[in-house]
Amino acid sequence: MLRLRRNLSRKYWDLKMASRKTAKSRKAEKKVTYPSAAAMPPMAVSSFDMSYNHTGTWRSLKPKIDYEKCIYCLICWKFCPEPAISLDSVVVKGKEKEKPVINYTYCKGCGICWTECPVEAIEALEEQR
Amino acid sequence: MSSLISREEIMGCGHVACQGCGATILMRHALKVLGRDTCLTIPACCWTVIDGPFPHSAANVPLFHAAFMTAGATASGIRAAYDMLGREKIKVVAWAGDGGTYDIGIQALSGAAERNEDIIYICYDNEAYMNTGIQRSASTPLYAWTTTTPVSHPKETPKKDIVSIMAAHRIPYIATGTVAYIEDMIKKLQKAKEIKGTRFILLFSPCPSGWKSKPEDTVKLSRLAVKSRLFPLIEIENGTDWRVTVRVEKPVPVIDYLKLQGRFRHLTEEQVGLIQLSVDREWEMLRGKVIKEEKQ
Amino acid sequence: MRKVLMGNHAISWGALLSRAQVIAAYPITPQTQAVELLAEMCAEGKLDAKFVKVESEHSAMAACIGASAAGARAFTATSGQGLALMHEMLHWAAGARTPVVLANINRAMAPPWTIWTDQNDSLSQRDTGWMQVYCQNNQEVVDSIIQAYRVSEQALLPVMVVLDAFVLSHTLETVDLPDQEQVDAYLPSFDPEFKLDPDNPRTFGGLTAMDGYFELRYKMHQSMEQSKGLWEETGREFGEVFGRPYGLIETYKTADAELLIVTSSTIASTARVAVDRLREKGRKVGLLRIRVFRPFPTEEIREILSSVKKAVVIDRNISYGSSGIFCQEVKAAMYNTANRPPIFGIITGLGGRDVSSTDIINIVERTDSKPLPDSDIIFEGVTIQ
Repeated sequence: MLRLRRNLSRKYWDLKMASRKTAKSRKAEKKVTYPSAAAMPPMAVSSFDMSYNHTGTWRSLKPKIDYEKCIYCLICWKFCPEPAISLDSVVVKGKEKEKPVINYTYCKGCGICWTECPVEAIEALEEQR
Repeated sequence: MSSLISREEIMGCGHVACQGCGATILMRHALKVLGRDTCLTIPACCWTVIDGPFPHSAANVPLFHAAFMTAGATASGIRAAYDMLGREKIKVVAWAGDGGTYDIGIQALSGAAERNEDIIYICYDNEAYMNTGIQRSASTPLYAWTTTTPVSHPKETPKKDIVSIMAAHRIPYIATGTVAYIEDMIKKLQKAKEIKGTRFILLFSPCPSGWKSKPEDTVKLSRLAVKSRLFPLIEIENGTDWRVTVRVEKPVPVIDYLKLQGRFRHLTEEQVGLIQLSVDREWEMLRGKVIKEEKQ
Repeated sequence: MRKVLMGNHAISWGALLSRAQVIAAYPITPQTQAVELLAEMCAEGKLDAKFVKVESEHSAMAACIGASAAGARAFTATSGQGLALMHEMLHWAAGARTPVVLANINRAMAPPWTIWTDQNDSLSQRDTGWMQVYCQNNQEVVDSIIQAYRVSEQALLPVMVVLDAFVLSHTLETVDLPDQEQVDAYLPSFDPEFKLDPDNPRTFGGLTAMDGYFELRYKMHQSMEQSKGLWEETGREFGEVFGRPYGLIETYKTADAELLIVTSSTIASTARVAVDRLREKGRKVGLLRIRVFRPFPTEEIREILSSVKKAVVIDRNISYGSSGIFCQEVKAAMYNTANRPPIFGIITGLGGRDVSSTDIINIVERTDSKPLPDSDIIFEGVTIQ
């Protein structure tokens, strides 16, 4: 039951991220290069976001949250510069909580989250490549 | 505490900021407070590159890349245009580094402030020209190493007091903020949003690449800067009413802050002493100006 | 409505009639009266615009660019040192494709300090991507500012309307001010496709690697080339609506001319008198006035020069170590053509030294004994020994 709710919440979050009132064709799978001058806008105007750039490849150390220790204070989420931590809706001991979930596609492994975590619930693991 | 922070992410992932970049944590939270009805103008600085290459952008709000010295002037022009077009509600925000604020950009900033342009000018201060490879700026602190203030001849002059300079313009609102005290910064930006006229926000922004500190120490460094009274968190109304917003009861010695950064590794005991002296002196001067200290 | 106006006030009226929405300007002699009248017009509500009283010309252009990118019609005016100070931002306005219109009063560059006219200030900006229009009278100043917005907002390139210091800026001439309603019909409001808009967030001027930049510059040049047609169309329609047609160039008695005087700005109107006086002496002389300098009217110049025996280009400017700038451009236009006459390049009038019709006649007559010029650069009116 809990797992199902988590997956639904993740999907909701992704949908929420995607459905903004923004220009069309914002996302691109890789960096856009126009085929010709004719295809370009007249000036250097950017219409695509940076989601194509998977900065997770920058990591040497990978953070892993131990949810047994996590107190849901959200300090890791608060300080993430990417932001590569999103919030899932979960129920913990009968209470609605927001749970930090690391997005490894973008996490650069800067270490702020494991440094700032007040209960040392985040481990820094060697990145396997 | 965290209820103050909007859950909607405006700044997107995939940007090319260094690991542990203070300026990026600040942009993420600033955009959350400012909202989508914001137009940014960014002069040459790290964020020129962090935002990503053409035709991509991580900001997700309208953004005009401007020439290095023009943040204040470009923002003035955008503001005038929106006012003429009946779009007064759009917030016009200049987002500049310390170079584009203290040095090359100070003329345009001073001009805009003197005209009391209805803009928010946010300077993220990483204390050197980081985008071009760590050269000194007027904001570089005493004895810091940069490529143009090498260890054999570190910076002999103190950091320029931009806050007092802006206060001299008697603009309606000035505030300082930093990474470790996000809630304090959020409250200040929320307050600034509601004020008309020029609002100047100085955000202390640790830079692992330029300060030769560990990326994971960014928040810690910004906390130590406040707790040592090196970077007091204040706000100033109308240039005359100064207030401390985060009270520091027992300051930590400034060496606790300095020793985590490679750019201060060469400091002699005497130099550390002089830095401590200058922190203490500046704090005394600030106390003289402050009308009220708030409980944290 | 007919008014007696100095060139500076013609600038102000041009901006008013064009319904400029944001003006950002900094005072400099001899432009001051232009911005003073604009400030008055804004204060009285005659002109519905925001006047940003910036603290330098560099900031003036930065503010105009920001305003234009946000979707407002932007205007500024400057001269000499001020234009030079704006130089970085002139490149920016063109590269950002913002259709800003600037009135520049040709003032000679310091040091030494001077306030009198020559063209080095605007011609030093030749390669920035700005279009340039050189005016010979105050009527043309008003008319060109209106036309400038129409062309620039289609081509998405900024335009500089240029006039001589004091000879035009401070000289009173009768000007027939177009009717506002007619201007509104002729010049639609500014409605750019790409602008700073929270409803459609975009980023302008982002970093390019080696991809993209060359194409964007190619597009700039394409727009500049296509604007030749726009200037002709705009000038022709201006004639139909207001009774005064304009083109890229202006010709005077060139149909049967054997010798052609090629020049610009107020020297051209003086040259017209010289042409008439030389014609009275039985000489077949004609005048080609270059009005639009960028884009350069290559085809038009080739057509006219290919049928004359000699051309004398009079430059009130100089590219040190080379020659006069209009002369260089005319020679370049003629180089690959079959029928190219010898071209004499004259430098005169620098720093505002007066050029009379007699001076022009002397210039022409001094070329009579020479089938080819002795040198690429001939100074007239300067005391050497």
